[in-house]
Amino acid sequence: MTDKTAHTGNTGGGDVRLSGISKTYGSFTAVHPLDLTIPQGSFFALLGASGCGKTTTLRMIAGLEDPTTGTVFLGDRDVTDLPPYKRPVNTVFQSYALFPHMDIFENIAFGLRRRGIKSVKPQVDEMIELVQLGEHAHKKPHQLSGGQQQRVAVARALINHPQVLLLDEPLGALDLKLRRQMQLELKRIQTEVGITFVHVTHDQEEAMTMADQVAVMNGGRVEQLGAPADLYENPQTTFVANFLGTSNLIEAEVVETGGDVLVTAGGGKLRVPGERCTSAVRAGGKVLVGVRPEKISLTHADDADEIAAGRNRVTGRIADSSFIGVSTQYVVNSPAGAELQVYEQNIERDSRLVPGTEVVLHWNPAHTFGLDAAQSLLAGTVGDAGAETVEDAA
Amino acid sequence: MSTTLVKETPPIEEPVLRKLSTRRRLVPYWLLLPGIVWLLVFFALPMVYQASTSVQTGSLEQGFEVTWHFATYWDAFQEYWPQFVRSLLYAGTATLLCLLLGYPLAYLIAFKAGRWRNLLLVLVIAPFFTSFLIRTLAWKTILADDSLVVDALNTLHVLDVTSWLGWTEGDRVLATPMAVVAGLTYNFLPFMILPLYTSLERIDGRLHEAAQDLYASPATTFRKVTFPLSMPGVVSGTLLTFIPASGDYVNAELLGSTDTKMVGNVIQSQFLRVLDYPTAAALSFILMAVVLLMVTVYIRRAGTEDLV
Repeated sequence: MTDKTAHTGNTGGGDVRLSGISKTYGSFTAVHPLDLTIPQGSFFALLGASGCGKTTTLRMIAGLEDPTTGTVFLGDRDVTDLPPYKRPVNTVFQSYALFPHMDIFENIAFGLRRRGIKSVKPQVDEMIELVQLGEHAHKKPHQLSGGQQQRVAVARALINHPQVLLLDEPLGALDLKLRRQMQLELKRIQTEVGITFVHVTHDQEEAMTMADQVAVMNGGRVEQLGAPADLYENPQTTFVANFLGTSNLIEAEVVETGGDVLVTAGGGKLRVPGERCTSAVRAGGKVLVGVRPEKISLTHADDADEIAAGRNRVTGRIADSSFIGVSTQYVVNSPAGAELQVYEQNIERDSRLVPGTEVVLHWNPAHTFGLDAAQSLLAGTVGDAGAETVEDAA
Repeated sequence: MSTTLVKETPPIEEPVLRKLSTRRRLVPYWLLLPGIVWLLVFFALPMVYQASTSVQTGSLEQGFEVTWHFATYWDAFQEYWPQFVRSLLYAGTATLLCLLLGYPLAYLIAFKAGRWRNLLLVLVIAPFFTSFLIRTLAWKTILADDSLVVDALNTLHVLDVTSWLGWTEGDRVLATPMAVVAGLTYNFLPFMILPLYTSLERIDGRLHEAAQDLYASPATTFRKVTFPLSMPGVVSGTLLTFIPASGDYVNAELLGSTDTKMVGNVIQSQFLRVLDYPTAAALSFILMAVVLLMVTVYIRRAGTEDLV
């Protein structure tokens, strides 16, 4: 184990590199040829709805699935043909897959024993302490709660100091509160041990809170890769714009290009920074204009004069509003687009903003992004078939 | 409106409630009744009857009388202990062979058979569609002196080895210990395969993946995960094979000779031919006691408190 830690330490070149890997089952392609580099020591999330190929990708890294094409590299080593038990990679399974006939101690010691390590006790005890299961060491897995089992699963994998730790929806079975707690816990452990974590999840909030880098997958392909904030602020596709948080997407026609792009939608004019358009725009062409709900301010139509010049404006009528506490969420219908979402902080609430009120939506043009109009407006929304946030049957 | 509703429903009176709960409490006993009656009439009573027979003396002509003659037990054991030892040996060997043959098959059906699974399971129990006796008689033909099987074993010089070991005699298989053990193995194999299959099939396939992910080769995965988790099936399979096999007399009768008599054959002939009922009954009780003792030790050793 010690020599393993030594060469997986900080020697660099410990990246996980997937080169053109794909997986097909009969005529169904689970993963299209994929190139991906997961930097050493990072917390990397594969995010997507069920059936998007994220778990298959993870299993190919673990060696539990043979890629149809392509190569898996760990550092400079080609591990494509290595069986799982010869890969310096460990997995935390979705259902934990703890050995029911062994107690917690033996479950955690399993990997060490298989590698012929004689005195496992100090290490196992230390790991049991790390995951705070001290008094449960000699219980069987079925005597523990879901959260405790989950910690055992993490400990059982981590004790081997793998080069990469793979997490397959490890929090899926936990209730919301425990989930949030375990997210922070996992993040803390990752920072502490410095091992590369690859985390598969369908929960965009989980991916964003935990990961340094997120790859959003859809239909067996990586739609977009980047830091959470970057993905959120600069979605490149409608799928990412809708799957990560909520976006208002407005179909618009390009009027003028050069510097800012000027577009018209529903009679109004909007500005989009040229560099924030993902595809080439030309005058007369179509573009999807996007803006996040929390970037938009809402002003009563009577006060429209007070809005600073140079902001993008859309007029509309409030269709619905719901008070969340910290904020109020409005749904506004406008000629530019139906059901535009607006999240207003409840700092100074304008009591006139009730359903039926004529309002002006306005925002800083810098917060506007432009997407290729050839895509479906609804990709990645809850109703979209490809993006149900329903969990796989466990 | 809700108040009127409450008024319309008459309150349930105390005695009615009590009657209901009494009835509910009795339900489990009613459900147990048929089974208990059955066991009383067809298990407990015959046991008592046999126990009394075993301490009787007399003859068929003069009639039998309870004289608390426990010496029958000792006499019977002294006279027939070789058959006892032989029974346990044959049954043990057959059980081991069933395990060795049945485990791979059960494993294959549980994990590798895919859509053939149900067909294979039907094939496992298919022999039951024929009578036990007919099946065993068929083995008489299979193992006959000029049969294909015996010819093949002869040509391969297998029989030279088995004869040297004392399992067969010369170039014959029929009427030898091997024939009896082969018959027992064949007849009880499904009783081994089915419980093994059930417990293997229950094992979560992800545990295999988890083991392999934690550096266990397929062989180690089997040794450390699959086999321990299939222990319930191993225990119940071996019990279901060993217990009936140790009392069996059909295989030894049809496939064996006088030198391969098992205790079942002795009991049968004491009851039906010699008509020495006390000895037969005593032998039955000795066999039962020996098997019970062995099973208890076995279950203790196998450490399967949560299975049986």
